[in-house]
Amino acid sequence: MTSLLTCKEFLQELTDYLDATVDAELRLKLERHINECPNCFVILDTTQKTIKVYKGMQEKEIPAEVQARLMKAVERKMAATRTAAGKPGV
Amino acid sequence: MPATTEAGVFDESGLLAKAREGDVGAFTELVNRYSRKIYRLAKHITQNDTDAEDVLQETFMKAFEHLGDFHGQSKFYTWIVRIAVNESLMKLRKRKSDRTVPLDEPLDTGEDTVLREIAVWDENPEQQYSREELAKILDEAVESLKPTFRTVFVLRDIEELSTEETAQALGISVPAVKSRLLRARLQLREKLTRFFRRKGDDVFAYL
Repeated sequence: MTSLLTCKEFLQELTDYLDATVDAELRLKLERHINECPNCFVILDTTQKTIKVYKGMQEKEIPAEVQARLMKAVERKMAATRTAAGKPGV
Repeated sequence: MPATTEAGVFDESGLLAKAREGDVGAFTELVNRYSRKIYRLAKHITQNDTDAEDVLQETFMKAFEHLGDFHGQSKFYTWIVRIAVNESLMKLRKRKSDRTVPLDEPLDTGEDTVLREIAVWDENPEQQYSREELAKILDEAVESLKPTFRTVFVLRDIEELSTEETAQALGISVPAVKSRLLRARLQLREKLTRFFRRKGDDVFAYL
């Protein structure tokens, strides 16, 4: 039997665990730790919920005037490039 | 729905080829497709409307100028994210005097991840708040992170870039992304606990 991970070791692996990028052996160790340690269980659960709540965030619309100014700037840029390219020797 | 949604991503190489040849409509389509995401990203990093708009315009200007250098080795979106992140960080550096954190600050690896708030949350804590209230809570929590952590969190957990793409966009190592992401997630978790904790568990609430 391998020894139980410390809370610090658990936390260091938390991001990889949440992103499911740990190997099977480490995963088992981490899960053993959560079963034994209520604090780390809560941290895992609430961190998972933190990520979930941000992922579920409504994508904000870009203000119409910001989008309009962007399109104008892009059009100007493209027109300027075309003009420059159209001149021989430029 | 307009034809600018994610569904069109698969035909992007054709669009890019046309844009490279100078097809105005093709480049405009790419701008339309990603302007909202780039604006949001810039706003999250710069925390400022004017800066975010500048970043948005600069990003697409530069993308247009350098389109010939983009050979499809990464996704177009990842490529413009990298431009947008650089532009956003430049804005932050310019405002360094009123921001406290150097962007290249060295990072320790978690000695200070002491967790003060260990409280159970409600099952769906976000449902206790209106959409506006929730957006405010989430935005303020992200804003309060240091830029180094905020940038990584925004790219990984909001824009959903991979660890490698995030490392590439920020010009930092994969372990640095992971370490910053961990710190960001734990700090946010702690900040949100104040709003999302299960009320009945707070033994002091009724004293």
